[in-house]
Amino acid sequence: MAAAMSMVTSSSFTFPSQGLRLPTRSHPCMKPQRRIMRKDASNVITATYELKPPPYPLNALEPHMSRETLEYHWGKHHRAYVENLNKQVGGTDLEGLSLEDVIIVSYNRGDILPAFNSAAQAWNHDFFWESMRPGGGGKPSGDLLDLIERDFGSFERFTEEFKSAAATQFGSGWAWLAYKANRLGLENAVNPWSSENDKKLVIVKSPNAVNPLVWDYFPLLTIDVWEHAYYLDFQNRRAEYISMFMEKLVSWEAVNDRLEKAKAQAAEREMEEERRKKEEEEWKPTNGDDDDEGLEMYVDSGDDSEAE
Amino acid sequence: MALRSLATRKTLTLGLNSTRLTQSRALQTFSLPDLPYDYGALEPAISGEIMQLHHQKHHQTYITNYNKALEQLHEAIQKGDFSTVAKLQSAIKFNGGGHINHSIFWQNIAPIREEGGEPPKGSLGWAIDTNFGSLESLIQKINAEGAALQGSGWVWLGLDKELKKLVIETTANQDPLVTKGAHLVPLLGIDVWEHAYYLQYKNVRPDYLKNIWKVINWKYANGVYEKESA
Repeated sequence: MAAAMSMVTSSSFTFPSQGLRLPTRSHPCMKPQRRIMRKDASNVITATYELKPPPYPLNALEPHMSRETLEYHWGKHHRAYVENLNKQVGGTDLEGLSLEDVIIVSYNRGDILPAFNSAAQAWNHDFFWESMRPGGGGKPSGDLLDLIERDFGSFERFTEEFKSAAATQFGSGWAWLAYKANRLGLENAVNPWSSENDKKLVIVKSPNAVNPLVWDYFPLLTIDVWEHAYYLDFQNRRAEYISMFMEKLVSWEAVNDRLEKAKAQAAEREMEEERRKKEEEEWKPTNGDDDDEGLEMYVDSGDDSEAE
Repeated sequence: MALRSLATRKTLTLGLNSTRLTQSRALQTFSLPDLPYDYGALEPAISGEIMQLHHQKHHQTYITNYNKALEQLHEAIQKGDFSTVAKLQSAIKFNGGGHINHSIFWQNIAPIREEGGEPPKGSLGWAIDTNFGSLESLIQKINAEGAALQGSGWVWLGLDKELKKLVIETTANQDPLVTKGAHLVPLLGIDVWEHAYYLQYKNVRPDYLKNIWKVINWKYANGVYEKESA
């Protein structure tokens, strides 16, 4: 299975656990020491990112998630993240990058740059609205259910684990179901254990604005556990909010679509990695006659005192 | 410190956990301190609804979970189960911190008729002017820090006992002020978790920060300051 290092669609970057590796494409992150500077002082705020509405009216999730909550959560919190993002990115080297690229670059391997919170929260909330639908809940089916049963034992155990992650994220944050298709990239090691099971579903929780994109996972489902997500409807009762989310709101259709895309991207990445390896093979010096000539050893003809 | 007195007073008078106390001298359990004012007494700065939820639900939950974690810690230590001891550290820090911080917070605020909002007199007032120029300047700085805090946490006015000066600090989640410096003593802490203001101020944290000064109990902060800088 391919190492995590190269990403087909966007910039190359490194992970703390995988050591330093220079990105191969010209990109702001190629010079990690470079700070994000404003290009000009004219303070022109160019709005590049837009606030997308949820894929349903603001009252569509009632009675489970109130219209009032959506009005504040989307109308104020999410909107503010997008507006701040535009202010923070405008006139800097981040301008023009895709939202996902801004997230990765500004995450800066954990030493986050100012735009990170706004960028990641803008993305997280888009992803959150799309993770829910009116009349949601129930159980997934098909490949998705098979994978869930393979990686968690049963749908019930998955649900338990997901709810527990959401309940035990101290402070603000998110809980995620994600598709993990990478492994530690040991550049020169041959990994003989490559198998389909290395591509698996994982449940992770993250603080504040962090999301699994920064770990090179494919997010499939999220629940927002910042207090603003549930306080108007549930006050301190986070566990009730989480149960309601699982039973009444989760859009398994959206999760399924994302899984298909994730599998496709993972396969593409694998092919890309295979191709890259092949190229490197072709450039290596050929083992064979040349070397034999060079390493010819002087042997005393006939007299081999060591031989039996 | 407030925490120790809360533990001994409340556990003895409530009479619960007395068997636990005799079984093991090391294990102490904590309980929710009463507020010295009614839930509605801080209105309109902080609504009664928020005060009740904040005290009876949030603070109580920290205490309940702190007690649970301590009990599990005690067992793990006795069994020599280090891996459990290590695993419990974050729950202890989080819930213990929550208990400490909120116990301080209830004393940092007071109804207006009990001098809540009255500017600091005494040595703290003087120290504020020396360190920050004026009370207004201090408030501005604290509010800026509090508003900028991402996620959940606290903004503090503290005394650095070693350097003998006042500092403004923020801590994340329920980290007590001492996690920012062993010599820091909290004089005043403002809870900027969303639960502290959401029902009333919604997403507008700056409005909450502006209004809370109307009920800040400077008498308490001054008392701590004078004691700790003696």
